[in-house]
Amino acid sequence: MALRGPVGPRRLPDWMATTALLLPAYAWLTLAVFLPLLTMFVFSFLNKTPMGQAPVEFTLRHYRAFIDQPYLLGVAWNTLMMGVWTTLICAVLGFLAALALVRCSFGRSREMLLVLILLPFWTNGLVRVFSWTMVLRENGFLDSLWHLVGDGSVGFLYSRPAIILGLVHGYLPYMILTCYIALVTIDDAVIEAAQSLGARWWTVLGSILIPLALPGLISGAVLTFVPVIGSFMEPRILGGPVGMTLGTVIEDQFTQAFNWPLGASLSFTLLAVVLAIFATFSGVLRRGTAGAS
Amino acid sequence: MTRLGLVFLGMVLLFLYTPILVLMAMGFNASPLYELPFEFSTRWYSDLMGNESLLTAGFNSIVLALITSVLATAIGTLAALALSRRHFRGRSLLQLLLLPPIAIPWLITGTAMLIFFFWTGIGRGMHALVIGHVALAVPYVVLVVGTGLQTVRADLEEAAMSLGSTPIHAFFAITLPLLFPSILGAALFAFAVSLDQFVVSYFLSSPGYVTLPVQIYSAIRKGFTPEINAISTLLLLGSMTVILIFARFARPGAPK
Repeated sequence: MALRGPVGPRRLPDWMATTALLLPAYAWLTLAVFLPLLTMFVFSFLNKTPMGQAPVEFTLRHYRAFIDQPYLLGVAWNTLMMGVWTTLICAVLGFLAALALVRCSFGRSREMLLVLILLPFWTNGLVRVFSWTMVLRENGFLDSLWHLVGDGSVGFLYSRPAIILGLVHGYLPYMILTCYIALVTIDDAVIEAAQSLGARWWTVLGSILIPLALPGLISGAVLTFVPVIGSFMEPRILGGPVGMTLGTVIEDQFTQAFNWPLGASLSFTLLAVVLAIFATFSGVLRRGTAGAS
Repeated sequence: MTRLGLVFLGMVLLFLYTPILVLMAMGFNASPLYELPFEFSTRWYSDLMGNESLLTAGFNSIVLALITSVLATAIGTLAALALSRRHFRGRSLLQLLLLPPIAIPWLITGTAMLIFFFWTGIGRGMHALVIGHVALAVPYVVLVVGTGLQTVRADLEEAAMSLGSTPIHAFFAITLPLLFPSILGAALFAFAVSLDQFVVSYFLSSPGYVTLPVQIYSAIRKGFTPEINAISTLLLLGSMTVILIFARFARPGAPK
């Protein structure tokens, strides 16, 4: 605010104008997000869902769930592995695709390729997961391709690989984008200089491309891993009976078992993991998003 | 080397689009059990026209997305003006607070909203969905409009004020028209965010008010016919159109 016009009588003080501009959005977020998270935290200490007349008590029991119900440890492990595999596959494929975009396409065609890659990311995730059941089911699209060469069924719906496949399909566009943003800033001259000095392709890859793309890889990995460990409809639809994850257990507490306090404490445990991940990588993420805007 | 890269990109696109195209094709296949070989039929689209529950859910989704878009764009634009044009203490904290609705898994946000809305008596249904969807869309609006504001020079407004214009008049005469494409882009984006939202809607819908993705989810779990493919196709084409229009308004990296 270097220059000021003639101050009219209707002019509000600066701080009031700022507050008035910010209040609607932040009041809304408080009502819809911050207060609910706080309430959930309180709920996670109740001994039962507070309905009817029976008095409720505070307890730490639900945070002991992993000890009291050992099957939850297995579920947590499966969830973790689902996140690790999805993130790894996305990282490898996403990095290579971003590299191909940067090195092999130019101008309008590159822009079109980017739009084509990102388009599915902004369509309904549920419908995309559902679409994989059409491909993977017995006598589905995959089987009809297979029947051109062989017999029997190769469809693998309701298995862990099916869940991973659906999740990779969902988050790959994002990984390509974050890697692309990191790779596109690398000066061609750096690579040419290395090559003219005799560097082979693996040296260029290992000493220049991957280190310089690391912020993009890390932001992509965090932004894949976090939603994946909180997913429930992908394991539900593509995993069927073997698709039990923390997400589906939490969903069950709210829609089937009606044990809201247990659901809340599991949700909060998951949130703690998520926040720890964000805190660990906050520096990289901030630089990553600064590049995106 | 270049050819190898392009082949790889082609395979990635094939991977991304194959299931979507199969889904769409199966909406035109006559067999109710999705049996192949393919036999063309528009039966499922005509059945869809008589399917009250799917049509109502689709109508609900569009109305909800429109309401979300208008509200989120309004309050998000105001916040973006303050966050990118004004300097005050706590600004970076406020920017940080925009992240939870985007970054925390929707399962956590959705169940937290369910608990809070139940506990306060807000309950579930359309009003709860509006509260939830607007909160999820606002951060994106702030981001899109904030990016747009960087291209609108602040000194133009100051010049107008030094020539005797009031701040409000200067805003409406100069900044708003220049910012209009970004605001329109943000509105489209908010519309798409709401239209595609499933997880939070799932926890906040009431039996009497269901959105299309929630209806599709319950159909997937209880048994379904290719009508679901037909309506899914329409939903996919709808959000793709919205996003392509958005991309024309705010092309990433395009010269302004």
